[in-house]
Amino acid sequence: MLDKKINHPLHVKENSKISFSEATLAKAKQIIARYPAGREKSALLPLLHIAQEEFEGYLSADVMDYVASLLNIQPIEVYEVATFYSQYYLEKVGKNVIEICRTGPCAICGGEAIQAYLEKKLAIKTGETTPDGLFTLKAVECLGACGSAPVMQINTEFYEFLTKEKIDSILADLTLKAKEDKPEKSLWKEKFF
Amino acid sequence: MERKILLNNIAVPGIRTFEVFRSTGGYLSVEKALKEMTPDEVVEEVKMSGLRGRGGAGFPAGMKWSFIDKKSGNPRYLICNADESEPGTFKDRYLMEKIPHLLIEGMICSCYALGANTGYIYVRGEYKYIIGILNEALRETYAAGFLGTNILGTGYNLDIIVHSGAGAYICGEETALIESLEGKRGNPRIKPPFPAVVGLYGCPTVVNNVETLANIGYIVNNGGNEYAQYGVGKSTGTKLISACGNINHPGVYEIEFGLTVREFLFDEKYCGGIKDGRKLKAVIAGGSSVPILPGELILKTAAGEERLMTYESLAEGGFVSGTMLGSGGFIVFDEDACIVRNTWNLARFYHHESCGQCSPCREGTGWMESVLHRIENGQGRSKDIDLLVSIASKIEGNTICPLGDAAAWPIASAIRHFRHEFEEHIQNPEQCSLHRMEEFENLKI
Amino acid sequence: MLKVTIDNHTIEVEEGTTILQAARMIGGAVVPPAMCYYSKLKDSGGKCRTCLVKVAQGSARDPRPMPKLVASCRTPVADGMVVQNMTSPEVIDTRKAIVEFLLINHPLDCPVCDQAGECDLQNLSYANGREESRFEEAKRSFKVVDIGDKIQLHMNRCILCYRCVYAANQLTDNRSHGILYRGDVSEISTYIQTDITNDFSGNMIDVCPVGALTDKTFRFKNRVWFLNPMNASRSCSKCSGKVTAWLRGEEIYRVTGRKDQFGEVEEFICNECRFDKKEKSDWTIESPRNIKRASVISQNHYLQAKKPSVILPLENRTVSLEEFEKENTNEKQS
Ligand SMILES: Cc1cc2nc3c(=O)[nH]c(=O)nc-3n(C[C@H](O)[C@H](O)[C@H](O)COP(=O)(O)O)c2cc1C
Ligand code: SF4
Ligand code: FES
Ligand code: FES
Repeated sequence: MLDKKINHPLHVKENSKISFSEATLAKAKQIIARYPAGREKSALLPLLHIAQEEFEGYLSADVMDYVASLLNIQPIEVYEVATFYSQYYLEKVGKNVIEICRTGPCAICGGEAIQAYLEKKLAIKTGETTPDGLFTLKAVECLGACGSAPVMQINTEFYEFLTKEKIDSILADLTLKAKEDKPEKSLWKEKFF
Repeated sequence: MERKILLNNIAVPGIRTFEVFRSTGGYLSVEKALKEMTPDEVVEEVKMSGLRGRGGAGFPAGMKWSFIDKKSGNPRYLICNADESEPGTFKDRYLMEKIPHLLIEGMICSCYALGANTGYIYVRGEYKYIIGILNEALRETYAAGFLGTNILGTGYNLDIIVHSGAGAYICGEETALIESLEGKRGNPRIKPPFPAVVGLYGCPTVVNNVETLANIGYIVNNGGNEYAQYGVGKSTGTKLISACGNINHPGVYEIEFGLTVREFLFDEKYCGGIKDGRKLKAVIAGGSSVPILPGELILKTAAGEERLMTYESLAEGGFVSGTMLGSGGFIVFDEDACIVRNTWNLARFYHHESCGQCSPCREGTGWMESVLHRIENGQGRSKDIDLLVSIASKIEGNTICPLGDAAAWPIASAIRHFRHEFEEHIQNPEQCSLHRMEEFENLKI
Repeated sequence: MLKVTIDNHTIEVEEGTTILQAARMIGGAVVPPAMCYYSKLKDSGGKCRTCLVKVAQGSARDPRPMPKLVASCRTPVADGMVVQNMTSPEVIDTRKAIVEFLLINHPLDCPVCDQAGECDLQNLSYANGREESRFEEAKRSFKVVDIGDKIQLHMNRCILCYRCVYAANQLTDNRSHGILYRGDVSEISTYIQTDITNDFSGNMIDVCPVGALTDKTFRFKNRVWFLNPMNASRSCSKCSGKVTAWLRGEEIYRVTGRKDQFGEVEEFICNECRFDKKEKSDWTIESPRNIKRASVISQNHYLQAKKPSVILPLENRTVSLEEFEKENTNEKQS
């Protein structure tokens, strides 16, 4: 049975004073300036990506209000957008977010088995975060890499032609990196804008 | 038929960089268009080429361009649709990753033809590294003077901006994309008005797929007539096909229209046949939205003719026995694949991706998923099959955007061609090797 | 002027008129039902698809029929257009399907819903509904929330017409609620814990076609069909002060905008008039409202009705409409 209980929680504002670092703010301003005057709201999607990266990997109500203030729009306009797109996380996530593709082409090439293996290996269900806060497992729709099925994306990196053995080594590698405090993340703001 | 237009130089080392791309004849079309042609002449060549949109609908590109409202005096925009989220489709990513300047070159010519001074590339949020590649390529192009103000001393100004989505299939629909680019939810707009009249920021806008735009450079260089020599009939030129599923060589192939499906599927140069020597069961020929066809019908039409990789031949037989070329996502199923399970999977996809604005799609996609979930879980009833057909038929054609159709077609066609399999699932749920959803361990990897 | 024919009635209208507006000018059975369109709210419409009609002839110049049914509320008329609403079996069949879609996740809690008797969906499903539901799954369920001390939101009942969002956008500054999430889990919400307090926020209640947004100050919760709607007015600095006061005996149970035959308010009213002025002495009572809305209940249809069954979710039992009506009649007598 599909679960039909919908429990989108009402969030609480902590009204904590947050702001981008100076470098990020400069980047944000640069992004806003790409769009015509009066159309600054266009920068909302890119800014939310940056904000998510800057503030612990997810968008709290305070973070969204901050982004709204940068663009001079109502907070609700940000909430509407942030809840619509699946790449924005509204709850805290682990250091590494594993997004395993669950759509048809991957599924017929063993994607479901990989997902099950990940659940077993991490001892969590899809949607959960490991107790050590290292991994969050999410199932996502087609990543546009079906020719290398099964596929997953961790942070910004694609991992293709997955097998159980590959999963073992990827997870081991990431765990090690986390211990050395070398996050795998390639940063949006540095590399992609 | 191995003539290529887009991927001729794909193997040249360093082709991703401006310098190497330029040395292979890159950006010649920009010089030609800006210095020797009027915008209308470029539009004329594109019309003559017969180039059809590669994003799925196959609408003639030149005709679309001629609809743009040039009278309003508002700025005009070109948006490149790089949202590529149709399951089974990964050709645009390949093109942008390997040879990004081909797209930029095509966009410059296209913007010039449309009289646009700003172009946007809307890239799906999951392709983060592609955004990096595109921005790097754009930086080079600006530095070389092919973008920015007074390009090549012609007085023409153009900026191209890469914009990122954030995970929503619906933003591939052109008006949802425009909304998203304006910083809103990806809700498709109600048409009319069409983007060519009221598009981005209320201004005339053309939205084209990556592959469509990548063809423009060739057309400008060689003329529309030369382009139209490729392919057959109204399917002119070449097409990138992204092949995946249970085949030996998944990947992106550029084919000239007119290749037989059989050759594409079994030739070593392309898919290389079904994996592990198994038999062919079914194919979804143009991305998950188009009707699935059983092996016999994808290879030969109902009339017994060899099917070709063209818009027309794949559509031969209408929805009774044909399908569509769509976006060129070619998904192959071997004899072990479970059609019921796959249909449920796709139903879940469309349910998940519905924007939720209009009631048939919002409610209908979820309903179909529930029924299929029930059948797949061994709790189906025989009347469920007709119920699904009925729901699908009431979504189709009654929604704001074609996502509703895209959700209905895979289900209707799976039942049309594989009804027995649904019946077996209902009568004998244990029979299917994949029957229980929770039980993944025995699945092949 | 453009000539358009709808269900064999021909009328001349101005350029830019939609099919629905033209049909409303003709009136009667020709008018397609509209659950999301609201003529006073810009950009509304196109979403619910209940107003779909068939365009049998596009225009005099191009007489081809349109390939799909079109949303009459958002499709402009062309000269020589021929439209079929009730005369097209395809339209009627499709409308039935749309109603079914709208109902699959809608709780059948009409007996406990404040909107019963003036609910567009109730009326629509009476006219176009199937006799029994083919939907067997669990309906989606949300918690009931208060948005402010005056308005209550029953998200389960919402059909996502977007009217309240347009109303907030167009009537108030600083909209604080919107549509969140997407697909069939989208909802009307403020996202964070906050109250909607704005002089004109109460109009959300009037524009809501179902009982999703209701008036918490509706005194002593009464069935609307026991109340007498009266034109009433007062001089108000914020709005026109022209309202409908709903009376039982000498008491004002609630105040709403004045609704026309299509269920739309004539003028939006302010919150003070709506929520705070509940004494008869606050108002000049003018005359009874004599607009007959196409309500199932006001037309006494429920008395003759055998269908559809109404499911009471609380006790989890099914009563027939006769029983339902009997219970309510008892209440009336008591
Ligand atoms: C639900 C939906 C998703 C779509 N996704 C894409 C997409 O990912 N990429 C694309 O190029 N076109 C997509 N399209 C088609 C676009 O709406 C549009 O037709 C196309 O970008 C036009 O470009 P073309 O004429 O060059 O093909 C989609 C359409 C729909 C209805
Ligand atoms: S068909 Fe689906 S995706 Fe398209 S507008 Fe309607 S609800 Fe949104
Ligand atoms: S289905 Fe997994 S990447 Fe496309
Ligand atoms: S009233 Fe026209 S679509 Fe809702």
